[in-house]
Amino acid sequence: MDRLTEYLFPKQVSTFAADIDNLFYFIFYSSIVLFAIVVLGMMYLAIKYRFKKGDEVRLTSSKDHSNILEALFFIVPLILVSITFVWGIKSYLQMIIVPDDAIEIKVTGQSWFWTFDYPDGGTTLNELVVPSNTPIKIVLSSKDVLHSFFIPVMRTKMDCLPNRYNVMWFDAQEEGVYDILCTEYCGTGHSQMGAKVIVMKPAQYEAYVAELGSDDENIPLDELGAKLYTKKACNTCHTLDGSALVGPSYLQTSQMWGQERVFDDGSSTVIDDNYIRSSILEPQTQIVAGYQGVMPTYQGLLNDRELDALIAFLKSLQEDSQI
Amino acid sequence: MAENQKQNYLTHPKGIMSWLLTLDHKRIGLMYLFGGIAFFFLGGVLALGMRLELAAPGNDFVSNDTYNNMYTLHGAIMIFLFIIPAIPGALGNILLPLMLGAKDVAFPRLNLASFYIYTVGALFVMYTIISGGVDTGWTFYTPYSTTSTSNVIPMTMGIFVIGFSSILTGLNFIATIHKMRIPGLTWYKLPLFVWALYGTSLVQITATPVIAITMVLLILERLLGIGIFDPALGGDPVLYQHFFWFYSHPAVYIMILPAFGIISEIIPVHSRKKVWGYKFIAFSTLSIAFIGFLVWGHHMFTSGQSVFSQIVFSFITYFVGIPTGVKIFSWMLTMYKGQVSFTPPMLYALSFLFLFTIGGLTGIFLGAVALDIHLHDTYFVVAHFHYVMQGGTIIAFLGGLHHWWPKSMGTMYNQTVANICCLGVFLGFNGTFFPQFLLGLRGMPRRYATYDQQYAELHNYSSFWSGILGLSIFISIMNLLWSLRKNNKLDPGTNPWGGMTLEWTHTTSPPHPHNFEEEPVLEHGPYDYDKVIVEPTFKK
Repeated sequence: MDRLTEYLFPKQVSTFAADIDNLFYFIFYSSIVLFAIVVLGMMYLAIKYRFKKGDEVRLTSSKDHSNILEALFFIVPLILVSITFVWGIKSYLQMIIVPDDAIEIKVTGQSWFWTFDYPDGGTTLNELVVPSNTPIKIVLSSKDVLHSFFIPVMRTKMDCLPNRYNVMWFDAQEEGVYDILCTEYCGTGHSQMGAKVIVMKPAQYEAYVAELGSDDENIPLDELGAKLYTKKACNTCHTLDGSALVGPSYLQTSQMWGQERVFDDGSSTVIDDNYIRSSILEPQTQIVAGYQGVMPTYQGLLNDRELDALIAFLKSLQEDSQI
Repeated sequence: MAENQKQNYLTHPKGIMSWLLTLDHKRIGLMYLFGGIAFFFLGGVLALGMRLELAAPGNDFVSNDTYNNMYTLHGAIMIFLFIIPAIPGALGNILLPLMLGAKDVAFPRLNLASFYIYTVGALFVMYTIISGGVDTGWTFYTPYSTTSTSNVIPMTMGIFVIGFSSILTGLNFIATIHKMRIPGLTWYKLPLFVWALYGTSLVQITATPVIAITMVLLILERLLGIGIFDPALGGDPVLYQHFFWFYSHPAVYIMILPAFGIISEIIPVHSRKKVWGYKFIAFSTLSIAFIGFLVWGHHMFTSGQSVFSQIVFSFITYFVGIPTGVKIFSWMLTMYKGQVSFTPPMLYALSFLFLFTIGGLTGIFLGAVALDIHLHDTYFVVAHFHYVMQGGTIIAFLGGLHHWWPKSMGTMYNQTVANICCLGVFLGFNGTFFPQFLLGLRGMPRRYATYDQQYAELHNYSSFWSGILGLSIFISIMNLLWSLRKNNKLDPGTNPWGGMTLEWTHTTSPPHPHNFEEEPVLEHGPYDYDKVIVEPTFKK
């Protein structure tokens, strides 16, 4: 059973994961029995009563019902689905009743990244950090279209709507780094809208949240930029190898430093620090020709030092590629 | 021979206009059939393109945007242009009046109008494809569909138009079944395919107006910003989901009930045995059609609807499962003490029992709310509905096509090739879709153009078998068409399977332009293999 679970499912990390997997096994084994009756019965009847070469076409039996069999076919599945229904609801209730002492984290979906706001201030992008063995209440919403927040190891997901809040919760039992996926179609970057949930020991979590942002003060700008490139989800749409994704590659922009860039309205601008800064903060004002203008603004998500860091990182790419 | 030739609907009258303006239900049915198969081919090519892209994790062949267009068009074409219109429109049209002993459907002109409305709707869809496609998914969820820059309006307009074709066909069939039966053909003597069409038609006329209204509201939202679905304008995207699924769940029964009807015909005929539980099959068809209206909320278990709604929708969902289960047992038991021949239609029917049982049972997993939350919008759902829609409906459609092909075209295909193709379809189908259950359990979301390395092996396996599946279906259709070559006509009196319903016993193959040379007199019930011997005849 354990090896089967390992094969079939992602890890069981939340408190209710094992119960949900057990519900799966209950339906699974009941289904196998019913399926075997249908398929073996079908094969037996088809082969036993097959029309052989040389057989004569004759009148066949008028038997077309059996009260006992029909009652059985009705009652046995009815009992099985009744159990399934009640179990499904019982487990569901524990998935939606949030414990009172839960830590509340606000999750915002946006095309195509996730923002996490922690109770004592501090924000992360695409990295949800939570303490283990602590109930976490997730309050979900979206800034644009529908998204759905799915953590397979927790066995839970919930849609993010632009006009109301949805709630889900989990209590992670094991430290580790696990996948978060978007499961409501949201356009071009839907399949790249992944994030990670990092489950830490509670003490580590406290330290992490307290230090959010502050440890970035002491590292060089371009290294900080490299960190932010993944941390702030720039990598969802911009590559470093010159290939175009949803947006132009950083490498291409870097190699064009000091040259003219043409926009979709025909105007153009020289690529410099100011251009990069404005295209991060006001991405909709100048859209590079050949691309859709789908980038959200990073106003409020990056401070000045972080903007400087990204610019420094972008500039450094060109030097790297020349070496 | 010569006088028989001029007496069949395929050759009399002649000329292209006699087809385009025909009021003959059989000719209209054939036009639906070839239209439907053309779209089946297009949808299938898109599916194979998607599987090619998904064979490996990255963007290997197409970009995200192209992939999104492909899966949207695959779903929309298969559902709205093939499955929903094809079985009632093609097999239903050709067979219903024949099975009732009637000369035609109740409103032949309306029937032709339905076909042309379908054509106009199809042109809208073709326009959508040519002018750059649409990327919203066949569900058109707002606010993505109200803000997407792709061609949402022509596509939804096409669906709106096709809806009328569906409604008018349903109306026509209901009137035909009530009014056009020959004397003595009482409700309990009707072939079960007719019961299935009756249930389908009821759903068509009651549910389709809802999708029409929804599509119009979506178009108005995009054009005028009326603020019903778009939250930026004060609308509610969850309201859209309710509207959409209020049609689209019953639409599942528009798709599957005719398949139930086909299976209920094939199994008794090829087992030469009275059908098991006639009344149960007949009434469960109607009850499934009715309950199907009350379960739409199970598509929205993660949308944040109230706990009470979740419980009610989960509960009612299981009520669809029980009658469906008893039907499966009835089809199986029909073979008891019969004379089972392993002909191509029968092999398709047996495949149907195998595949549809998996499709139905995996629905039980998804009906349990707690488990659905993990499986929702993953490949488990993709696999489940393909086992129902393709493993169920399309397999039954192929079975029905092989069953009634000699009747409607007057030729017999190569049965050995057909049997091999059926096996290929069966293996290819399982190879393609069974791994997708496993992908879904492991959390692979649907509608992804790229994916994580951990899912690569199963995706690759699925892609490989999809090639076998596509090839088998293609060859089986070619095998049917190849039978139309010259000098391959069957004797008009042929009844290759020993069918007992009126279309087999009282008219030629292919039928007379007016169906019957004189009004048929009913001599026995549709499945009286215990009372009358009907010898299968198969002569060139």
